[in-house]
Amino acid sequence: MMQELRRKWKGWILVPAILLGLAIGLTVYVVNNPGGTMAARMLTYPSIFRYLREHVLMVLVSCLLAIGAGVPIGIMLTRPRFRSIGRVVENIVNVGQTIPSLAILALFFTFLGRGFNTAVFALWLYSILPILRNTYAGIMSIQPGIIEAAHGMGMTPLHVLGRIELPLAYPVIMAGVRTAVVINVGTATLATFIGAGGLGDLIVTGISVGRPIIIFTGAALSAILAILLDHILGQIEERLVGS
Amino acid sequence: MIKLENVTKIFPGSEIPAVDNLNMEINEGEVCVLVGPSGCGKTTTMKMINRIFEPTEGKIYVNGEDISKINPIKLRLGIGYVIQEIGLFPHLNIAENVATVPRELKWPANKINQRVDELLTVVGLDPKLHRNRKPSGLSGGQRQRVGVARAMAADPPIMLMDEPFGAVDPITRARLQNEFLRLQEQLKKTIVFVTHDIDEAIKMGDRIAAMREGKLVQYSDPNELLSSPADEFVANLVGRNRSIKRLHLIRAYEAVRSNVPFLEKGDSMESVREKIEDSELRAVLVVDDRQKLIGLVSADDIKKDRGAKVAGDLAQEIENYVTDDATLNDALSVMLNLGEGYVAVVDDGHKLKGTITLGDLLEVVKDDDARAAS
Amino acid sequence: MNVFEFMITRRESLWHLTVEHFYLVFLAVLIAVIIGIIVGIIITYSYTASVFALTICQVLMTVPSMAMLGFLLPFFGIGFRTGMIALVLYSLLPIVRNTYTGIREIPNSILESAYGMGMTPWHVLLRIQVPLALPVIMAGIRTATVMVIGIAAIASYIGAGGLGELIFHGISRTQPYRILAGAILISIMAVMADLILGWVEERLMVR
Repeated sequence: MMQELRRKWKGWILVPAILLGLAIGLTVYVVNNPGGTMAARMLTYPSIFRYLREHVLMVLVSCLLAIGAGVPIGIMLTRPRFRSIGRVVENIVNVGQTIPSLAILALFFTFLGRGFNTAVFALWLYSILPILRNTYAGIMSIQPGIIEAAHGMGMTPLHVLGRIELPLAYPVIMAGVRTAVVINVGTATLATFIGAGGLGDLIVTGISVGRPIIIFTGAALSAILAILLDHILGQIEERLVGS
Repeated sequence: MIKLENVTKIFPGSEIPAVDNLNMEINEGEVCVLVGPSGCGKTTTMKMINRIFEPTEGKIYVNGEDISKINPIKLRLGIGYVIQEIGLFPHLNIAENVATVPRELKWPANKINQRVDELLTVVGLDPKLHRNRKPSGLSGGQRQRVGVARAMAADPPIMLMDEPFGAVDPITRARLQNEFLRLQEQLKKTIVFVTHDIDEAIKMGDRIAAMREGKLVQYSDPNELLSSPADEFVANLVGRNRSIKRLHLIRAYEAVRSNVPFLEKGDSMESVREKIEDSELRAVLVVDDRQKLIGLVSADDIKKDRGAKVAGDLAQEIENYVTDDATLNDALSVMLNLGEGYVAVVDDGHKLKGTITLGDLLEVVKDDDARAAS
Repeated sequence: MNVFEFMITRRESLWHLTVEHFYLVFLAVLIAVIIGIIVGIIITYSYTASVFALTICQVLMTVPSMAMLGFLLPFFGIGFRTGMIALVLYSLLPIVRNTYTGIREIPNSILESAYGMGMTPWHVLLRIQVPLALPVIMAGIRTATVMVIGIAAIASYIGAGGLGELIFHGISRTQPYRILAGAILISIMAVMADLILGWVEERLMVR
């Protein structure tokens, strides 16, 4: 019991607090010690906050929309009447996942032009893949006997889905969401190339003006963001497996 | 050959010794069975002999040599080793698996090849068919055979076997046990055999070490274990029906009645009728001209088929037979399974040796009871 | 100009960029295979070392590649060197992790048999553990290769060369056909690598 509490405290409070503290400490440090007027202009609290907000917004919007699309499609493909195309879709998704993120961004840039919306759209499409795949795989991996038993006891198909299939597939679906979020935080740093802003702006500007401190601020914040989100989603995933 | 002296093993983090001050001696050419419930320390004891585990206290001698002074690799190369899960290497084919130890010993390739074929034949696998197969392509029984062949590859004088026939069905197990015993007759290896199955222990062992909570409770030959268990624990281990257990100890060739009447397939109908009239079972076994068992002719068969000319025409195939290296317990279970009052006994070439009846078995059990009572 | 015209008229320079990209990836994965397998094997012998190494692997995996390039840039400068170091780092992670899991997943009975029969630890490693872990190691190499093809494209931005140049030049000069050509070629390379290495992986599986 004590150990359980300690583990929870460490997982939910301590590690996130350290990461947040690191991010805040770093921001305060670079704003106060920019080491030059060029960097000082880029590294102000409002501007850093703006890059961070853009970045988080891009990731959040695209991931929420991807969950909204990926989970229902994944469920649909496991229904008997769509099972035949399930395999085909799975293969297409697998190929889609091997396509590098920069290529995806570039591709949509040529069709949809510059800007935040293009980036969100590309991120959305890219993050549907792991979520859809894991939803499908999670439900398909349930032992047929369990589902048969549920049907045999007279549960309606909707109840079988809601009370048996989804709860059992939950950890796998969550793992897919986690993968999608981490990939998206990374891909969002590339969104700067298509004029969508985000922390990538700091890195790229830093490179072009040759100021390591600007590069470092963008890189560190995006890295901390990725590790933090990965950690929190990992905690949620673990809790679901445990229960 | 192998001597354990005040051997104690306490695993780190545990307070209770897994093996507690064990003293025993295993003679050359004998099968010593370590038997007991799980957790009694039998496997731990065995694994100290090839230094998979090191004893916490005490000494183990092999051929008078303290094994803690022998390089473990060198020690192990001279000891065959078969474990319950067999542990065949799944990425290597059967020949490569069997060749493991010879390869470690750097035998020349042609000698290894020759040895592999020889061993596969010995354990009853056709080298041509099985050499190049992967373990996953074999049945459970075949895997056990490969495991045994692998352990014998460099002809080690000592073999350690941990439930080597554990993972197969009872019929295959009985067959493997019988084959193994026949092999042991010729090879006379010193074998340490671990099992939790008292029937197997009685069947396989020259000497049985009954263990409990790391201690050796009784160390004696199977007969003594059955007739005078050292204490309550051993008595329970052996069970109530001890005289029936004794059927494990006697082989069919020892109890077979060889003077039974039989027919050759070319015998005339006249002699068929005559012999059936004489027999108490109103049925007679039929063999071919090389004395191989073909089947059985009964009085009913004569009535049914009036066109038959010779005994061979009438013979019906039978299932109630055992090989002569089977135990009387095997014979009994065949009788009970098929609802027959007797079994025919054949040798490994399927030649008829005689019969054993249920009455014969009762006789054996009764003799034993009488001897035990006196 | 559309993308196909561009790809045909510039096939020579595209081929050159493709080879450069392939070389970058190949070299990075090769170095990572050598280091990664050795590290993966070493950490199977120590629990503490394995926890340490695998945690680092997991954390580094989540760091965005652009951020990693940003971290390395001040130290190693614009060009091939920074790109190469980043690529090696990223491809190390799946290889170390898979080597470790591949070896740890081998059933105990197999190892016990091997040691029990008197095989030396060195032989157990080379003849039993590594061959049995090979399909899993191969899966790690596959993941690493596909991932690094994508990251190499990003590394073009800091002057490491390769097909990513098409995308970045295309964006800065607003030449959609150039961007498309880059995106298509990189994607084809990634999918091909995945298919080929997936096939190799399957061949290595013990049937």
